[in-house]
Amino acid sequence: MFKEIFKQLMKDKFSKIALIILGIIYFSLLFADFIAPYNKDFSDRTMAYVPPSKIFTIDDNGKFSKPYTYNYIREFDGENLKITYRLDRSQKHYLKFFAKGQSYKFLGIIPCNLHLVTTDEDGRLYFLGTDINGRDVFSRLLFGGRISMTIGFLALFVLFPIGLLYGGISGYFGGKVDTFMMRFAEAVMSIPSFYLLIILASILPSGMTSIQRFILIVVILALIGWAGFARVVRGMVLSVKNQEFVQAAKGIGASDLRVIVKHILPQTTSFVIVAMTLSVPSYILSESGLSFLGLGIQQPDASWGNMLKEAQEFTNIVSRPWLLTPGFLIFVAVLCFNLIGDTIRDILDPKSKVR
Amino acid sequence: MEILKYILKRILQTIPLLIIVSLISFFIIRLSPVDPLAELRLNPSVSKETLQKETERLGLDKPIIVQYGKWASSFIKGDLGITSNGERVSTKLKERIPNTLLLTVIVIFLSWAVGIPLGILAAVKWKTPLDRFLTVLTSIGMAIPSFFFAVLLLLFAVKTGWFPVGGLTSSNFSNMTFFQKLGDLASHLVLPVTVLFTISLAGLQRQMRANLLDVMDSDYVKFARAKGLSEFQVIFKHALRNAVNPMITLLGFEFAGLLSGAALTEYVFQYPGLGRLILEAVLKSDINLVMASLMMGAIMLILGNLFADILLIITDPRVRGTK
Repeated sequence: MFKEIFKQLMKDKFSKIALIILGIIYFSLLFADFIAPYNKDFSDRTMAYVPPSKIFTIDDNGKFSKPYTYNYIREFDGENLKITYRLDRSQKHYLKFFAKGQSYKFLGIIPCNLHLVTTDEDGRLYFLGTDINGRDVFSRLLFGGRISMTIGFLALFVLFPIGLLYGGISGYFGGKVDTFMMRFAEAVMSIPSFYLLIILASILPSGMTSIQRFILIVVILALIGWAGFARVVRGMVLSVKNQEFVQAAKGIGASDLRVIVKHILPQTTSFVIVAMTLSVPSYILSESGLSFLGLGIQQPDASWGNMLKEAQEFTNIVSRPWLLTPGFLIFVAVLCFNLIGDTIRDILDPKSKVR
Repeated sequence: MEILKYILKRILQTIPLLIIVSLISFFIIRLSPVDPLAELRLNPSVSKETLQKETERLGLDKPIIVQYGKWASSFIKGDLGITSNGERVSTKLKERIPNTLLLTVIVIFLSWAVGIPLGILAAVKWKTPLDRFLTVLTSIGMAIPSFFFAVLLLLFAVKTGWFPVGGLTSSNFSNMTFFQKLGDLASHLVLPVTVLFTISLAGLQRQMRANLLDVMDSDYVKFARAKGLSEFQVIFKHALRNAVNPMITLLGFEFAGLLSGAALTEYVFQYPGLGRLILEAVLKSDINLVMASLMMGAIMLILGNLFADILLIITDPRVRGTK
C-alpha cells in the first residue's frame, strides 16, 4: 500500500518536488554534524551579530583562486554610537573541504572530526551570519531543524494511538460510555488550543534536562490534538460496527478489545494516513510558535522557533535579516508537507477534488 | 416553534460542557507547582487583608474539590479575584475581550466576503489556470507561520512608516474627533487583520471549492442541467445552497482557530487582546488571570459554535430531521 502511494506521489509534479525538497532537508539534518561547520554550542563572543561571510573566488590581482574568506572585525563607532563590521583584509582564510574541524559523534555513535566545509583555525566561516551570542546561524539551523522537523511526527505517534483507542471504545460501546467520553472530548476541544498549549507549557517545572523538556513538549502537543481526531474515529467506528465481519468476530468469541483493535480500527487506515500527513504541518507550526514565545524548546538548544525569537526585536529584523532564515525554512517545510498531504488525500479518496 | 425547541435544546447542552471545561482548566492549573499567591505576597502594595481575603476566597487551606466549588460559585457571581498587580480581573477582561472580538469578527467577515466567492470561482473554473493559480496562492497562505508573517509585516511597517506599529490606539486618542478615532483604530487594525485574514482565507477558499465540486457531481445538479437550466442558475440556485451548509459548521471551528492564531499575532503586534493577556498572565504565573481568561476563551469558543449550530438549524432542515 505504501509503495503504491509513493508511486502515485512521484507521478504528481508538485508533490514530487515537495518530496525531493523534504528529502534534502531530512538528509542534511541527519548529517548535520558533518555539514555544519561548527558544533551546536560553539560560540565566539567577539563575533556577535556578524553578517554572513563573503566568499571570494577572485583574488586582488583579478585571478581565479581557491575560494577564500575574510574575517569580520567588530568595531564600536563612538561618533554614531553604532557597532560596525568591516572585513579584515590582512589575512585570507581559504575554505577547506572534507577537512578536520571540531570533533563530534557521527550519527551519535562514531567519533569523527571531518566537516564538509570549514576554514583554518583562526578563520570564521558564517554562511548565514551569527546570533547575539556569536553562534553560527547556519549550523544552528541544521541542529534546530532536527528538533523542529521531528517533534511534529513524534507528537503524532503519541496522539494517534490515544485518539484511535478512545474513539474506538467510545463508538463501539455506545450508550452512556459514548455520551460521557464524547462530552469529555468536546470539552477539551472547547478550550482554544493555543491557550491550552501555553498553559500546559508554562507549568512545566524549570530545571529539566533538554531531553526531558523535549519529551514533555511532545506530550503536550499530543494532548491538544487527540480529541478532534477521536471524534472522527468514533464516527467511522459507528458506521462499521454493525457490519457482518464484526458480528462474525464477536460470534467466534473475540474479546471486545480484540474486535476493536483487530477488526474495526483497521477500517480507518486510509483516513488515519490522510489525517496524519495533513496534521504534521500544524504540529511543526505549534512547536515553532511555542518556542517563539519562549515556552517551548529552551536555549541553548536550538529549534527554528526559538531562533526566530531574536526576530522579535526591531533592530534585529531591520538590520540583521539573516536572523529571519528559520522562518523561511518553516514555511518551505510546511508548504511541502501540505502539498504531499493533499496529494495523498486525492490518492486514497478518489472522490475528493480538492486539488 | 419546532426550530425554537431545537435551539433551546442545543443551548441547554452547553451547560454540562461548560462545567467540564471549567473542571479541566481548574485541575490543570492547580496541578502546577506554582503558589497562586506568590506574586501577591511579594507585591508591597497589596495589603495583608487582601491577601487574607484571597486565601479565603480560593479556599487554599481546604481540599481541592472544595476549592473548585468556591471558585465556581464566585465565578458565577462574577467575582474573578484580583491580578498580581492588585487590579480586578474582571475589569482587565472587560478591557481586552472586546478588542479580541473586534479583531476576530472583522477577520471572519472579510474572509467570508472574499473566500466564498473565490472558492466558487475556483470551482466553476475547475482545472483552468485561474484555479491552479488560486490553489498555489492558498497553499502559500496556509504554510506561512502566523508569527513569522506578522514579523515580516512589522518589518514592512517599520521600513515604510505607513502603518503605526503596536497597540490599538495612538497616544493622543482621547483628544480626537469621532472620525479621527475611527481612522486611528482602522490604521492600527490593518496589520493584525492582514495576518489573520490571509491565514483563514486560504482554508476557507479551499473548503468552499471542495464542497461546491462535491455537490456539482451529485444527481440533482445533473438533473438541473438536463432540464436545460443555464449554468448560472444551476450553480447559484441549486448547487450553492448545499455547498454552503458545511461552511456554517466550519464557522465555529474557524472562530476557534482564530482565537488561537490571534494569540501569537496579538503578541507580535502588541495588540491589547485576550490572547496577549493570557500569555502575559502565564509568564507571570498570575493564576487568577490565567484561569479567568482561559474560561473566557472557552466560553467565547462555545458561544461561537452555538451560534454556528443555530444558524445551521435554521438553514438546513436535514439537521432538524435527524436529531
